[in-house]
Amino acid sequence: MVFRFQGGVRVPHHKALTEKKLVEDLPMPERLIVPVSQHIGAPAKAEVKRKDEVKKGQILSRAGGFVSAHVHAPTSGTVAAVEERPNPVSGKALSIVLEPDGKDEWLEGLPMAERDPQTATPDEIRQAVQAAGIVGMGGAAFPTHVKLAPPKDKPIDAVLINGAECEPYLTSDHAAMKLRPDDMLLGARLIMKAVGATRLVIGVEDNKPDVLRDLEKRTAADPDISVAALPSRYPQGAERSLIHAVLGRKLPAGKLPMDVGVVVQNVNTAIAVSDAVRFGLPAVDTLITVTGSAVRDPKNVRVPVGARFEDVLAFCGGFASEPAKIIYGGPMMGFAQYSLDVPVTKSGSGILCLGAGDLDRRPLQACVRCGRCLTVCPMGLVPTRIAELVEAGDFDGAEEAHALDCVECGCCTFECPSRRPLVHAIRTAKLVIRDRMRKRV
Amino acid sequence: MSDVNTVETLKEPLPVPEWLTVSSSPHLRGPESVARIMWTVNLTLLPAAVWAVAVFGWRALVQIVVSAGAAMATEWMVQKLRKVPVTALDGSAFLTGLLLAFCIPASLPFWMTGLGSFFAVFVAKHSFGGLGQNIFNPAHIGRAFLLASFPVQMTTWTAVKSHAAGAVDGITAATPLGIVKEEGFAAMSEHFGSGAELYWRLFMGNVNGSLGEVSALLILLGGLVLVWKRYIPWESPVIYIGTVGLLTWAFSGDGGVFTGDALFAMLSGGLVLGGVYMITDYVTSPITRKGQMIFAFFAALLVWLIRTYGGYPEGVCYSILLMNCFTPLIDRLVRPKRFGQEKGATHV
Repeated sequence: MVFRFQGGVRVPHHKALTEKKLVEDLPMPERLIVPVSQHIGAPAKAEVKRKDEVKKGQILSRAGGFVSAHVHAPTSGTVAAVEERPNPVSGKALSIVLEPDGKDEWLEGLPMAERDPQTATPDEIRQAVQAAGIVGMGGAAFPTHVKLAPPKDKPIDAVLINGAECEPYLTSDHAAMKLRPDDMLLGARLIMKAVGATRLVIGVEDNKPDVLRDLEKRTAADPDISVAALPSRYPQGAERSLIHAVLGRKLPAGKLPMDVGVVVQNVNTAIAVSDAVRFGLPAVDTLITVTGSAVRDPKNVRVPVGARFEDVLAFCGGFASEPAKIIYGGPMMGFAQYSLDVPVTKSGSGILCLGAGDLDRRPLQACVRCGRCLTVCPMGLVPTRIAELVEAGDFDGAEEAHALDCVECGCCTFECPSRRPLVHAIRTAKLVIRDRMRKRV
Repeated sequence: MSDVNTVETLKEPLPVPEWLTVSSSPHLRGPESVARIMWTVNLTLLPAAVWAVAVFGWRALVQIVVSAGAAMATEWMVQKLRKVPVTALDGSAFLTGLLLAFCIPASLPFWMTGLGSFFAVFVAKHSFGGLGQNIFNPAHIGRAFLLASFPVQMTTWTAVKSHAAGAVDGITAATPLGIVKEEGFAAMSEHFGSGAELYWRLFMGNVNGSLGEVSALLILLGGLVLVWKRYIPWESPVIYIGTVGLLTWAFSGDGGVFTGDALFAMLSGGLVLGGVYMITDYVTSPITRKGQMIFAFFAALLVWLIRTYGGYPEGVCYSILLMNCFTPLIDRLVRPKRFGQEKGATHV
């Protein structure tokens, strides 16, 4: 059975642009911009310098600790520079500029001769994932091998594969589940083995009936695997909402899924785990949806890590109309861009180009205290109250009002009839509060 | 990456957009707006307004036009003076005016209506900072102002057309609650009947009173639409109206406990109007569902106290204004439960 998670909103899906399209490979661009660090955790350190020749799969930057991840060369070529470059998430970031030689030559020994996944031990699985530099592809980019190594006192009984894809417009997870369902299931099995879980649940929103039917057929003989058809309601794919909906377990703010015995992995992460364990393949490409009314030919595209938006958009026919906003990720949680000279990173899920007509430019009004933001908040916060405190500069008050609990899903702002930028205010509060905490320590 | 080649499709550089909007997520917004909500609420009051005109005649129509018009004109004027964006057409000022018209007798001189409406918008709404900032329900402040200033005119009721044979506009008649207050329940029954007949008349809107007090049915239908649209919670009206009924049944009967006439109490006066349209006012009621329920319960208690022991026959207006004072306190004490937190951990 599926539980109804707390809060949430009904969003327009806008998935028709790409949901029926197959995955196309982006031809190798003339230049890749590979950020040195592409995950949450300790930053990785560059291991190459200008003029170095690299092979595909070679480590470009090495993990800076356990909670960190390597970055590998997406193709063979020459390092043209290691310098600050525009970044779609952090504004600017130290990046390795790679000029492909067009040969796409793998590092010697890659891909490995296939390893029988049945024989892989939990330790081998973790090592393979760590070596492959896999990070969560749902957006947060948390190093995957860390999630596969839960501490002894936190037994994991369930692995949850997140195929909800509740963000409007995006269809990359959907496309992956259609393209490589068996690899996804295999990756999920490997994750189960690594964490010692006894059951596997694959959660998919019911706006993807083809995938649901297919997965049910494929897993019919496995008593420990269940496929959960989830109501298409945003943010169904948010970790807490998903765990609640599928397992009925409530994960409070500040706790991790492992605290309630769960490991959650995205569809594409599971596929990457399968590739890493079986063939030793590093995470050097990512599946993204290029979509929006301003794109001439919306597509699901597999792109090498580091491909610039400009090259990806050119492959999709360029612009059908003047884009007003270009977003990295989905429209609810994605990042608006100021340049097309930014690269797709490992955890990329989409490039969304909205036209002027898609933007809401109605004026901001005063809060009328309608309470909609409370009703839709999946974390049980009072967003308008926190925003008022932030406007008044009362960050202690915002902290007491649990601003740090906010997952920035955007439901409150979506729902606000006065169109108040609530998430923006809460994000500000979080930055200031965290900054103060660091100074206190 | 199966085949390797350079991007052949890109013959000429991609035209870089001249400008891009950069803002914080979410980049999608829902369809709702303050104006849409306010005008929808106004629309749900239309049937009751039409019925009021049918029952009280052309004066009722003029009252509505004067009241709503004065409210919007006042809003326009204040906002022009304050040099802030004019929102006179967002339906909020119209709603204040409409609700005020629903709280006054049809016979009230029009200039008084206009003055009350001006007071409601100018003093109760804009002197506090405008929409979203007012502490008290503007329409009810307007009514309280008129009652304090013109007590005679505010309690002189026009007889409804179908009641009291040969009645014409301007003939005064008492309201059911007024007679109960002055002469007792039995006297009221002589005028308006009792039992099913009385309830039916109250329900359908066939008794004397303010414009919006006449038909419980049409107000309730409007309320159902608002609940269905999720503009108001169902709990508040049910608790407010139900509690008044329960208290009256339990303690206000002539024959001891549990002999009071609950249905009469619930259908008479402005209770239904207040329960559906006044205690559910966003700005002046608590923001949490639980807080709204507490608000509704105590407001109901006040209605019953005023009707039973107070000097007025009706207590809806003051019950809500008094509870408006407690809204900030309720909001301070009642917070929603944080997701996944055990009980007691809410206020950590």
